[in-house]
Amino acid sequence: MIAEIGLACLWMAGALALLQLVTGALALTSKGVGLAGIVRPVAVAQGLLCGLAFVCLIALFLRTDLSVKLIATNSHSLKPFIYKLAGTWGNHEGSMLLWVTVMALAGAFIALVERRLRNDTMLATLAGQAFVSIGFYAFLLLSSNPFERLAVPPPEGNGLNPLLQDIGLAFHPPTLYLGYVGLSIAFSFAIGALVTSDVGPAFARAMRPWVLGAWLFLTIGITAGSYWAYYELGWGGWWFWDPVENASLMPWLAATALIHSSSVLATRNALRAWTVMLAVVAFSMSMIGTFLVRSGILTSVHAFAVDPERGSFILALLAIYIGGALVLFAIRARTITEGARFALTSRESALVVNNVMLSAILGIVLLGTLYPLLTEAFGEKVSVGPPYFDPVGAIFFIPMLLVMAVGPLLHWRNDRLGRITGKIAIPALLIGAVLLGLALFAPSLFTPSFKLLPFIGMGLAVGLAVASVMPLIGRNLRRTPLPTWGMVVAHLGIAVSLFGVATDSAFATEKLVASRIGESHTVGPWSITLKNVEPVAGPNWTSLEATMAASYDGGTATTIHPQARNYTSPPTVTSESALLTRWNGQLYAVLGEEADDGRWQLRLWWKPFVPMIWYGGLLIGLGGLLSLIGRVARDMKRSRAEEKIADRRERQGR
Amino acid sequence: MSEAPAPRRAGLWLWVPLAVFAGFFVLVMTGLLAPADREVASAMIGKPLPQFDLRPAVPGRPGVSTAQLADGKPRLLNVFASWCIPCIAEAPQLEALARQGVEIDGIAIRDRTQDVERFLDANGNPYQRIGADDLSQVQMSIGSSGVPETFVIDGKGIIRHQHIGDIRAEDVPKLIEKLREAGQ
Amino acid sequence: MTRLLLLLLALVMAAPLPAQDLLPPAPYAYKQLDDPAQEAKARALMETLRCLKCQSQAISDSDAPMAGDMRHQVRSRIAAGEEPEEIRQWLVERYGDYVSYTPQLRAMTWPLFAAPLVFLGVAALLLRRRFRKTRGAVK
Repeated sequence: MIAEIGLACLWMAGALALLQLVTGALALTSKGVGLAGIVRPVAVAQGLLCGLAFVCLIALFLRTDLSVKLIATNSHSLKPFIYKLAGTWGNHEGSMLLWVTVMALAGAFIALVERRLRNDTMLATLAGQAFVSIGFYAFLLLSSNPFERLAVPPPEGNGLNPLLQDIGLAFHPPTLYLGYVGLSIAFSFAIGALVTSDVGPAFARAMRPWVLGAWLFLTIGITAGSYWAYYELGWGGWWFWDPVENASLMPWLAATALIHSSSVLATRNALRAWTVMLAVVAFSMSMIGTFLVRSGILTSVHAFAVDPERGSFILALLAIYIGGALVLFAIRARTITEGARFALTSRESALVVNNVMLSAILGIVLLGTLYPLLTEAFGEKVSVGPPYFDPVGAIFFIPMLLVMAVGPLLHWRNDRLGRITGKIAIPALLIGAVLLGLALFAPSLFTPSFKLLPFIGMGLAVGLAVASVMPLIGRNLRRTPLPTWGMVVAHLGIAVSLFGVATDSAFATEKLVASRIGESHTVGPWSITLKNVEPVAGPNWTSLEATMAASYDGGTATTIHPQARNYTSPPTVTSESALLTRWNGQLYAVLGEEADDGRWQLRLWWKPFVPMIWYGGLLIGLGGLLSLIGRVARDMKRSRAEEKIADRRERQGR
Repeated sequence: MSEAPAPRRAGLWLWVPLAVFAGFFVLVMTGLLAPADREVASAMIGKPLPQFDLRPAVPGRPGVSTAQLADGKPRLLNVFASWCIPCIAEAPQLEALARQGVEIDGIAIRDRTQDVERFLDANGNPYQRIGADDLSQVQMSIGSSGVPETFVIDGKGIIRHQHIGDIRAEDVPKLIEKLREAGQ
Repeated sequence: MTRLLLLLLALVMAAPLPAQDLLPPAPYAYKQLDDPAQEAKARALMETLRCLKCQSQAISDSDAPMAGDMRHQVRSRIAAGEEPEEIRQWLVERYGDYVSYTPQLRAMTWPLFAAPLVFLGVAALLLRRRFRKTRGAVK
């Protein structure tokens, strides 16, 4: 019953999206103006119905209703509650339904709340949103129906991939999807603005909170995904430039450029064409990413739902949406008049450099990810991985960071570098001092090979950290607006993350040993003793659990329990690493296999400052959140003030 | 304020993103329509076999060495393992080839003697020689990346052809053809 | 008999786990070299070599037996005095460019190396156009 209700709601939502598109488009014409009043309510209804469909799917998963094909292939009655819930989106159909639901709910929200735009721009935006939704509704209903029933329900489900039965990964997809699909709002705003030639501060102000929100979720989602890979995959790696990872990074790069660009447009009325272009590119990257991971054309550890037929469907949607938007851009961008002028040395120009560098990195990541596909078309296979992306990305990332240190200190419109030399001197000297210190006291960075990027990274990170708080110096901190705090915290987060990345690459030590029970080993400043290995059972797994005593620099010992786990349904072996976090780094311990002579394979790492990578990521997200709250509060205050003024004018009869 | 330069040049830049997308679309279409296989082919086709000398994998057959493989007669070199399930599927084809007079030498990857014996008892033994490659060293040196794979080696010890995966009935004529070419 | 084999094949295609061998891992698969400098060289190389049986992992990050055997090759050769680039070339000669995550400069891969230069050039052009327009307009 629930499955049928869900499917019916989905169909109705799809029909309403079609109605929203038609009425929205017609309302822009002179004859159809009367239809304008329907569009907003239709958008709200569409959102509610789609939300209801998603709730139905959740209910089916929670009850483990095995008569529904999706639950039978992806769930299991013994799974813990939280993973039954997370199983809803841990598969292709469910995650596509999540995608469409977030789009619909976001559209409903703007329809309810957004009042600052010109009415025709608003209608065009809602029509654009509906236009994109329809394709995905069609994809769901025609090719990936989540509510499909089985004629004969099986006695038990296939179970959820054990790698996904983890709290971090349970919530990684929804955060990422809120991010990807939140960018669809920016896309729709851009379409609306292009269609009605209304690219100005109002458009940027309306779009900005959405982009900030989406970007914030993407940041958290990527950070969480990286941390999950770090502790779950058992080798201490946290980013591999894998195609699926890149698919999540590319929208983030575009969205980062977009937040900066739309801020400039909102406050200084400049960078109009850039902002519209980035809004189109950001969501295009979301869609391209969705396509790449589901089509099976790229080899990846993470790839799911490998199905070329579905891939073709999404590719067709991409051609219509991205192709259409880019054609619209090429035709209409000419009508976007030049915004306000600014000098070579100014905050605007620093942001232009930022845009260009981020776009370049986006281009490199896209090229590197697709390159193996290109060579395969010619019959050859190549692999493009970290040894390419790291240095080539750095070519653009390092200048961008240098500009990031200086930009927030510059005035808008016109400035002289001479004015801020005093302020930049401090971070610059710090960078020099750190690099010199490393050169003198850290020979391991130079032999057997020069670790150039970690070396530069550590120096830059320290300098950046100081430079990012410089805008606060000399200000009354309590009266500093929240968006400024947001900028400071986010930039500081980048510095912190960079520091973690650089120190881990430079100074992590690894120890692989075959240990007997009772033996001790050293890794870095730690001394680890293997006390015991015994079998342990969990709700849907059995494992071998090691008990180790770890002591730092001869201090008191802490006990840790790495496990080698066996899941039965589906049969998989995972390694649950044991992590011990200190202020200056993490001990990472993994239990391997038993050798014939009774010795246990142990993998031990001491990774200095590695948690900074993810603390930095969270800081970046926090910065985004502060900015978002600041902007929304300011917008609400402004609209309330405008209402009061309009009220007063009415009462005075003007 | 001076006039902005004519938008004509700017106009061309505006079409660049669409052009990039068009390129992406074409590339991805070819990827979808002609999906590349996931196999990694050996790059040693046409090159001579590296020098190796593997100990016998089972008591009943001698081991495999490069000198013996370059004795003037083309033959098949079959890379297999007892733990490899598709190897069971290709056993009948190997038998058929052996009955047709084709010489087949085998390399057993990461296998214990008793397991290889068990495998041969269950699936037949078409091999003249079987070498034990416990560390996949020889497998790597000829560019083989999995089991089962079959190589056509000519009389001078040069690798002439690689067949990846189990040999199906329809693959047998091609292998015989390649052996004939290797003999010329 | 054929049907049984086909059924077995179908099971193999459906099962996510490949059949595993029973021999222990190669000696240097999970054992580090004694000389830290050599081990560092070996590790740096292993992080850039691709595991041939995995979806997309370096041999330094994989528990697959073949990855272990490749690590054994790398470590033994480094211990014997070979240079990392020689070992990479040896592997590329056998498996093609696919086995190396570091793209080799060839006819097929030159765009990868040209791309950053092209992007820098485009960036410079864009920035120059933008600032030539505004120079003199704002004082």
